[in-house]
Amino acid sequence: MIPAEYYIFLGSGLFTIGVIGVLTRRNILIILMSIELILNAVNINLIALSQYFRSVDGQVFAIFVITDAAAEAAVGLGLIIAFFRNKETVNADQIDLLKW
Amino acid sequence: MLELITFAILAAVTLGSAILVITRHNAIHSVIWLVVTLFGVAGIYLLQHAEFLFAVQIILYVGGIMVLFLFVVMLVNIDVAIKQARFARQWQVGLLTAAIVLAEVGYALYNRGHGLNLPARPMVAAPAGNTQAVGMTLYQNYMLPVEIASILLLVAMLGAVIMAKRKLE
Repeated sequence: MIPAEYYIFLGSGLFTIGVIGVLTRRNILIILMSIELILNAVNINLIALSQYFRSVDGQVFAIFVITDAAAEAAVGLGLIIAFFRNKETVNADQIDLLKW
Repeated sequence: MLELITFAILAAVTLGSAILVITRHNAIHSVIWLVVTLFGVAGIYLLQHAEFLFAVQIILYVGGIMVLFLFVVMLVNIDVAIKQARFARQWQVGLLTAAIVLAEVGYALYNRGHGLNLPARPMVAAPAGNTQAVGMTLYQNYMLPVEIASILLLVAMLGAVIMAKRKLE
């Protein structure tokens, strides 16, 4: 048997990798993939504590998180296509129309 | 013991391929490594006796969302992005912020052994019918959130179509 802490440590490790990806990469597509990593880290924690407390409510919330991830991917990729059509680039630091 | 070895292998695969996702030059390689990460997370679900979520993870994430990602990566011009710098100019600040986040999470979880402090409980044997249990909870106790999630999906669908349209009349 595996202590529930191990799963939570795994979740926080995955979360930190996702945060590093969001903060340091330039490509917007990879930033979106890092957000998917963060959502998966949340799901690992939900499943581990759902098993620990012997209740399926955590698994139900994980389904809602997956729904959110699908919606976020659809809208985010639509935004990326619209942005690429206007500026011909996928670099996050060239989205600077509001900067002066 | 066998369970612990399985967990260690799955955790190593998940974390290793997650690091590869955020360090590759080519966005297509990142997508492929993200697929490996998602399979690792699916294995973690199976280890926790969440069979329904295991199937949902593979069908929806690996089968649906990743194909969408791959499609968009192919659609935008990747040849230019490969030759440019991988990391943003403020990457030192970003790494410092991530280190602070990791330290905070680590302190909250550990805190000299008083942080999380979950007493050890033996894992129960897999109860029969995980899908049935999840479905009953989803449609009895969480009816309103299910409806809200369906409206969210509808809005996201319309938003994606409008966003990707060439011109708004």
